[in-house]
Amino acid sequence: MEIRSECVSGTTLAFIKGEIDHHNAKEARSALDGIIERDRPITFKLELSGVSFCDSSGLGLVMGRMRKCQSVGSNMVVRNPSPAAMRILEIAGMDKIIKIEREN
Amino acid sequence: MSKSINSMKIEFIAKSANEGFARSAVAAFAAQYDPSVAVIADLKTVVSEAVTNCIVHGYSEKEDISLCPIYIDCKITEGNILKIKIKDKGRGIEDIKTAMQPLYTTDTEGERSGMGFTVMQTFADGIKVRSAVGKGTTVMLEMRLNRR
Repeated sequence: MEIRSECVSGTTLAFIKGEIDHHNAKEARSALDGIIERDRPITFKLELSGVSFCDSSGLGLVMGRMRKCQSVGSNMVVRNPSPAAMRILEIAGMDKIIKIEREN
Repeated sequence: MSKSINSMKIEFIAKSANEGFARSAVAAFAAQYDPSVAVIADLKTVVSEAVTNCIVHGYSEKEDISLCPIYIDCKITEGNILKIKIKDKGRGIEDIKTAMQPLYTTDTEGERSGMGFTVMQTFADGIKVRSAVGKGTTVMLEMRLNRR
């Protein structure tokens, strides 16, 4: 799994590339929390287009980062979820409670 | 009982790094029967959920994981139906009905969503859970490999 981020004018964009399961969600959680803590952005965008596999650990990861963003006063947006990520988000109805944007 | 036309078994220890191995192994076995990309994606997801349950709930992380086996038994029956049994010898589930409810989790420290069984129920064509406290849990999943 690869995670990288960029911060431009109050918006942090974090990219996850690879598979999200229980094993590597731990690594993703700590890396993303580090980025959120460091940048404390107005908006935190989580780019999921590079997610090739996602099980319910991915849901926990997104829900947990929503709470983390709330705790530092950031808004969270999920960006370009891959079909694997979107299917899991839809099952839990997360697509109704989190903002999802699609752009290049 | 429908006749088995192929089968395979694997056994590995309850190490989270094996979650990826387990779903890829089952997907590789199923791939011989020409499932669609969508079926393979669903199959990998349900196997991943069941194996994660064995690791997170079946076996406590305090135990010596070399003594914590997970068994996967796959059979293909006529009509290319894949029947998968995923079994642990862990602590077992007291109340299966409650454990299967959406958003229910006993994990208070981690970030489990409580949606593992819901994902399995949604993605598989059939699911049965058998469990005995102190003895372990077996999840039986069924997937039609050539569904349209």
